[in-house]
Amino acid sequence: METFLQFLNDYTLRNVLLGTAWIGVVGGSLGTFAFLRRQSLLGDVISHATLPGVVLAFLAWQRRDIGVLMVGAAGTGLLATALIQVVDTRTNIKRDGAMGVALAVFFGVGVLLLSMIQNLPTASQAGLDKFIFGQAAALVQSDVTVLLVVGGVVLVVLLLLWRELKIITFDPDFARATGFRVTILEGGIVTLIVGTTVMGLQTVGVILMSAMLIAPAAAARQWTDRLSIMVLIAAVVGGASGAAGAAVSAFGPQIPTGPVVVLVLTALVLVSLFLGRKRGLVWHWRRQRRSRKLADPNTVLGALGALESAHAGTVRGHPKAVVRMAVGQSAQVGQALAALRKAGLADEHDGDWSLTERGRSEAVRLARDQRG
Amino acid sequence: MQTMPPALEVNDLTVAYRDKPVLWDVDLQVPTGVLMAVVGPNGAGKTTLIKAVMGLMQPAAGSVQVFGEPAGRQQVRRIGYVPQRTSVDWDFPTSVRDVVAMGRYNRGGLWRRADRRDAERVARALATVDMEDLADRQISELSGGQQQRVFLARALVQDSDLYLMDEPFQGVDAVTEQSMVAVLRRLQEQGRTVLAVHHDLRTAPAYFDWVALLNVRLIASGPMATAFSECNLRETFGGSAPEWTTPPATTAA
Repeated sequence: METFLQFLNDYTLRNVLLGTAWIGVVGGSLGTFAFLRRQSLLGDVISHATLPGVVLAFLAWQRRDIGVLMVGAAGTGLLATALIQVVDTRTNIKRDGAMGVALAVFFGVGVLLLSMIQNLPTASQAGLDKFIFGQAAALVQSDVTVLLVVGGVVLVVLLLLWRELKIITFDPDFARATGFRVTILEGGIVTLIVGTTVMGLQTVGVILMSAMLIAPAAAARQWTDRLSIMVLIAAVVGGASGAAGAAVSAFGPQIPTGPVVVLVLTALVLVSLFLGRKRGLVWHWRRQRRSRKLADPNTVLGALGALESAHAGTVRGHPKAVVRMAVGQSAQVGQALAALRKAGLADEHDGDWSLTERGRSEAVRLARDQRG
Repeated sequence: MQTMPPALEVNDLTVAYRDKPVLWDVDLQVPTGVLMAVVGPNGAGKTTLIKAVMGLMQPAAGSVQVFGEPAGRQQVRRIGYVPQRTSVDWDFPTSVRDVVAMGRYNRGGLWRRADRRDAERVARALATVDMEDLADRQISELSGGQQQRVFLARALVQDSDLYLMDEPFQGVDAVTEQSMVAVLRRLQEQGRTVLAVHHDLRTAPAYFDWVALLNVRLIASGPMATAFSECNLRETFGGSAPEWTTPPATTAA
């Protein structure tokens, strides 16, 4: 207990926790839009593409200042998205191909530059390689200030453009048709994604930062059908994962923050997938079981009769799945079929169900009764 | 008396997709106050015509005038739009009411939130299309016909003078179709103009009073009584006119 209080009082750790949690909050909020726009892969490309920018900015200014590095990172991140756009519109290479190539090329150049500066005489280059997996412990007070400002700007823009972002995400054609400048707004979203991604470089790292955008949204979607609530839940999930990741990695200097954050996120996504109130699998199964009423034998008899008269002389029997569809309402027909067989009205051969003579006349009688 | 300009006038419109013409040199006039059906086989460019007028596709040549003025951002408020139902992801986390409200998002600037008048307008549109009971339903739970009615309601709150609709009856059951036709009639009574892509040749003469027959080129257009002739239909759909009976419910390219 004492160590925990000490831990909270520790100036460095407070910075680290606050900074990483904040990255999670901003990443979760904005990531919701990236997720709904199916731009998950784009976030991955952008975060990988920031690496060469980080190294180049360091070479240009000879400083390891997070503000400087973020500018460089944003530069190559945006360059990558622009290149994808050009390749997508000007060549016959499809968008996913362009993204795959951009990711590999930019990240490759980044790693190359990183290994080159290891041989430079500057002493302070040490630690740049931490950007790959992230090291939250390296955050200092001034870094956190920069993060708060950048994240604050992203969130304010998100709130100001809420309706715009919502309509161009749901129905871009309608947005354009009603006068919204969709192309500019889409560029704005990409810029916000880049801004959010560069926030996480130092703490979460370039490889795993895209998880900070997408995973909170994937978890949040399971709990709600409201966009605003989804953004809130994603922010909470992101913030909690960020804080947890930072705390765990702070205990041991050898534990990189990014992977820990991702593990926490994965756990939350899994829990949400199963237990999420709106679309979680457990609730889904329960609803399905409940809605699957047992079909009435007479209904099944009528359905089989209708099937046989529709396929008179061509098909001898019908599989259970077909009978179920003929009955409709995803009803369970198994017990009804068994009851019919027991009553000698229907029979099964190799999984195909057909009516017996008696069953057929019974089905005809039923149909006549219903009409009359 | 000054003659009223047509609600929509399309001149020499050519739209190409990768050097292949989808629409070729189309001249079309839609007089104010008519209900016009756009009919034609799959791949005839019906959707493209709507999208080009809406400014969603860049034409290779030609011009579009709306109420006598070149189509552009100034005219946006005067055109209501019902896109194809399948053009969006209905799994989006939002409610019926929210989607309909989007028809009024373009009113006012950055700071403006929806006010009570917007809310009333949305409620009225939902009542018009018989969806008020489902107003708070999550949109992924809607049937095809309900989705179609949501899109119609969203267009109604746009309060436009000209409506462009891309297969508004696609996936709609017969009863709903009748009530939607009644909504179109009411729009017409209010002096508004409707141009709608329509797939069912049997119902076209009953639902609409004008028609445009399209097959990359415009074959004919005019009042239903004169333009919807067997000769024109044969030219539009090809000699065998295979779509006289129920056409397949496929989406046009």
